[in-house]
Amino acid sequence: MSLAGTTFEGIESGAAAEARPRRRRRLRGRLFPYALLAPSLLFLGLFTYLPVVRVVVESLYDRPHGTGAVAATFVGLGNYSKVLADPAFRQAALNNLVYALGTLIPTLVLALAFALAVQRSNRLSAVLRTVFFFPSLVPLVAAASLFFFIFLPGVGLLDYYLAKIGINGPNWLGDSDVALWSVIGLTVWKNAGYYMLFYIAGLQNIPRDTIEAALIDGANAWQRLRYVILPALLPTTSFVVVIALINLLTSVDHVIVLTHGGPSNATNLLLYYIFQSAHENFEIGKAAAATLLSVVVLLAISLASMRIMGRGSHHEA
Amino acid sequence: MRLERRLWRALGLALLVAVAFLWATPFLWTLVASFRPEGAGSVNMASLAPDTPQTLDNFRNALESGAFGLYYVNTIIVVLGLLAVQCVTVSLAGYAFARLRFPGRDALFYVFLLQLMLVPPALIVPNLRTVVDLGLYDTLPGVMAPYFASAFGTFLMRQTFLALPRDFEEAAAIDGAPWWAIVWYVLLPMAQPGLVAFAIVSVTAHWNEFLWPLMVINDPAKHTLTIGLAAFTRGAEGGKEWGVLAAGTLLVMAPLAVVFVAFQRRFVDSFVFSGVKG
Repeated sequence: MSLAGTTFEGIESGAAAEARPRRRRRLRGRLFPYALLAPSLLFLGLFTYLPVVRVVVESLYDRPHGTGAVAATFVGLGNYSKVLADPAFRQAALNNLVYALGTLIPTLVLALAFALAVQRSNRLSAVLRTVFFFPSLVPLVAAASLFFFIFLPGVGLLDYYLAKIGINGPNWLGDSDVALWSVIGLTVWKNAGYYMLFYIAGLQNIPRDTIEAALIDGANAWQRLRYVILPALLPTTSFVVVIALINLLTSVDHVIVLTHGGPSNATNLLLYYIFQSAHENFEIGKAAAATLLSVVVLLAISLASMRIMGRGSHHEA
Repeated sequence: MRLERRLWRALGLALLVAVAFLWATPFLWTLVASFRPEGAGSVNMASLAPDTPQTLDNFRNALESGAFGLYYVNTIIVVLGLLAVQCVTVSLAGYAFARLRFPGRDALFYVFLLQLMLVPPALIVPNLRTVVDLGLYDTLPGVMAPYFASAFGTFLMRQTFLALPRDFEEAAAIDGAPWWAIVWYVLLPMAQPGLVAFAIVSVTAHWNEFLWPLMVINDPAKHTLTIGLAAFTRGAEGGKEWGVLAAGTLLVMAPLAVVFVAFQRRFVDSFVFSGVKG
């Protein structure tokens, strides 16, 4: 019995031995794409999805600094009402709005103007393109260090040359009415050349015939810009607006170096508020609630833009 | 009529050059001030006119008081270590999205997309907790970890692979080459422009990054260039050593500036291609 059984089994296992690797190979083939994605998915999970879950949970608890998770007490939406009632947060949100719009509009206008001015390929244009682009290549911290001296009262670069033409500048970073606009000025200088690149690329995508047709119809420079170039650049503009807004909500290096959010919160921005709550005041619940609020804003910007850009854009983000 | 137009054109050009000069002023000042002797007096510190004689004292002071050598090493470790890991993750994921068909591919594509919206800087607070939990607090890998996966890089490599003809890989597959050999010996050499574009954007972004390393790193011996420069700026502010500040800033900016001037076209193309830094 055992002998027959063995033989029988042997035959079967022989056939199975041939089928199993094939099945295993098929299974492996089916899992293969996911294996290639696994490293990326692991880190996306850890640092893009887990943090969102984390802030949702943490924002619902009050956890005094230096205590473990055991000491945390559930406070429901308490952290949100605390954050929304915090004058510093309100100020930071308002500042961020002023900062975003105050930076975005001049940056876009300058980026387009620069692009129009240097789009032709000659030597001078190439040099000017480099000059305009260069600030976006340096660290925001380095830009802030330079502007620290530029904004220095009295002996700084700005005051030194303003004095030569008889203008007495304000205290650029010390006056709470001026400081945010000084930070805006730095940011415009830093970013305009970066967005110029997108406008140059966008301009190159406009068919020459369109512009020539407008020329033949007798359109002057302003009319060509208003009725031909600007509409054709709309996808570029909406793309640039989104990446600019995300940037304006998520970089505060210059605030940390130059002003620490001061004077009297005049240059406090959302991310700086979050940084301060977590890193300096150790208010984890508050920082989590504020983070989640800014996550909502970021998602809203992106989703709104996908709607607009879904109607035909040449950029693949 | 023609004269008038020419006049306008000349005026426009003059304005353009003036604005460009204004734009370059911070850098011109940095160059001039970093070679300015200390004795020149702080009253004319803002002057854009170069001094004679020039001096390297400011650089010497900056290097002595700022430990920039160490910061260079740390920054280079972060930037290159990160790039090495990213090249693997984005090539594999880009290959999967470009060449393989599997259930859930579109959904997974959207899973990646979220990273372009919720950029890591927005999530510094919870990510710091994760880094602590992983035992990576106060380490350079902790600085790199949130960027190991890159949605931007994955999309860029996917685009690059999609643009390549399939003939070569099919020939290699018929010859019995395993998938990794096809990726390594056939696809990646052809995808080099995409990798270079990604490398430029990644290196620039992380060379310049500040807030996240500031939060993760505590030990001064692990400071990166940007953290060093920020601390250094505070020091220079106290000592009113503007020439030294200029020299220190120049030291931080110089490497990228040199690489940029050398590979200008590549840089510009990469940034236009990218849109999103990461």
